[in-house]
Amino acid sequence: MTSAWEAVKALGKGFATTFVHLFRKPITEQYPEYKRSLPARSRGRIVLTRDPDGEERCVACFLCSAVCPVVCISMEAAEREDGRRYASWFRINFSRCIYCGLCEEACPTSAIQLTPQFEFACTDIMSFVYEKEDLLVDHQGKDKNYNFYRYAGVTTQVGDKGEHVGEKEPVDVKSNLP
Amino acid sequence: MLTWMAGFFLLMTKLGLVLGFLLFMAAYLVWVERKFLARLQIRYGPNRAGKYGLLQPLADVVKMLTKEDTIPEGADRPIFMVAPAVVAFTAFMMFAVIPFGRDLTLWGKPIPLVVTDLNIGLLFVFAMSSLGVYGVALGGWASNSKYGLLGGIRGAAQMISYELSLGLSLVPIIMLAGSFSLVDIVEAQASYPFILVQPLAFLIFLISAMAETKRIPFDLPEAENELIAGYHTEYSGMRFGLFFLGEYVHMQVFAGLLTVLFLGGWHGPVLPPMVWFFIKVAGIALLMIWVRGTLPRLRYDQLMALGWKVLLPLSLLNIMVTGAIVLI
Repeated sequence: MTSAWEAVKALGKGFATTFVHLFRKPITEQYPEYKRSLPARSRGRIVLTRDPDGEERCVACFLCSAVCPVVCISMEAAEREDGRRYASWFRINFSRCIYCGLCEEACPTSAIQLTPQFEFACTDIMSFVYEKEDLLVDHQGKDKNYNFYRYAGVTTQVGDKGEHVGEKEPVDVKSNLP
Repeated sequence: MLTWMAGFFLLMTKLGLVLGFLLFMAAYLVWVERKFLARLQIRYGPNRAGKYGLLQPLADVVKMLTKEDTIPEGADRPIFMVAPAVVAFTAFMMFAVIPFGRDLTLWGKPIPLVVTDLNIGLLFVFAMSSLGVYGVALGGWASNSKYGLLGGIRGAAQMISYELSLGLSLVPIIMLAGSFSLVDIVEAQASYPFILVQPLAFLIFLISAMAETKRIPFDLPEAENELIAGYHTEYSGMRFGLFFLGEYVHMQVFAGLLTVLFLGGWHGPVLPPMVWFFIKVAGIALLMIWVRGTLPRLRYDQLMALGWKVLLPLSLLNIMVTGAIVLI
């Protein structure tokens, strides 16, 4: 008998809860009218950023292309006269991209980054193939101050080995001998 | 000849009006259900098609009518094609005996506001609601799909168990009213509605009616999350639409039956009888939606236990007690 009373009480509580909901303002966000601002690190459209000096960050190392699980990134490497590498063309097929962010994780120069922008659906599938000029932006994205060549462990136009930011003098391996 | 013609014309007008109203209300009941259910769950519900989503039923109808009507390979074609019609047809037929207002007087002739006043009205309702199971069971079986078959079997088993308590819960009402005719039952409630003397029968009938209409605490034949859509998994387009329509007409019919049998039908003060009938039916429909918004689906064995071990003995007990009191 007590269990039956408990059941009736539980039922009553359930019905009261839903009844009270009738007088609450719905919590739904009405999407096209109201767009909530997404966190900076949410994963949407991919861009290629520039370093603080305004140079392209991408050094065409192919790491993003290699890590991409759906193989939607392709490029061709080239080298400037001063020895700095860049991508002569860079292509992302967004109809294949799954926005996993692995390319961003793999990138050593912070060049490829995912942005919170997600509204670029369209009906023409060929227009989802983005070339380098569509991808390249004029800012640093999420990583404001990073400049790969300032931290590089090789000779660059910034300096010789051991002269970059936070870099120690190269170790003379012969002096390390016992 | 002329009177015959007039009568025929009158009957056809009445039939057309009732059918049109039922169809219209079925479409808008879907809207009401989606809106009200959404509010119970702190959502908005449909609000894109027209103001407050009022054109949503229209959009749904257009969608269903223009969709391709697929018939799966290996399906039993004739049965597969007829099954949805059986469900919708029986649901509509049940409304034929429900009186929805006091007799109108037009040009000195009384027009009863019921499609047909059968003297065995209640038995007709039960016969039709039992026939409706054929649509579910055969539709599920004929689609040659395991989900459809499971849904159909569940439907048949559920109907058999709930038809019993559905019928038995009404025996006290028949004893009190002394007639099977729904018109007479409404007349018998002129002074007080039967829910006051038969609250237990009302409860049993309400629960069984929700099981009959396959609504959410008892929607095992459909059970989206285990059987996809149960017996109508393989249906598309307007055939699915017919199943859907049948379900909502069923809901209206059972809300109408509850009104007629327990809430005094069209009796009520001040407002005209048809308005009272409509208010009561709408109230029951909202109650059913509220139940849907609150309770989770029963497990299959719980459903059977509730039907056979709780509702059936209770309705038998109710018959005995009522019989004894009526006899005294």
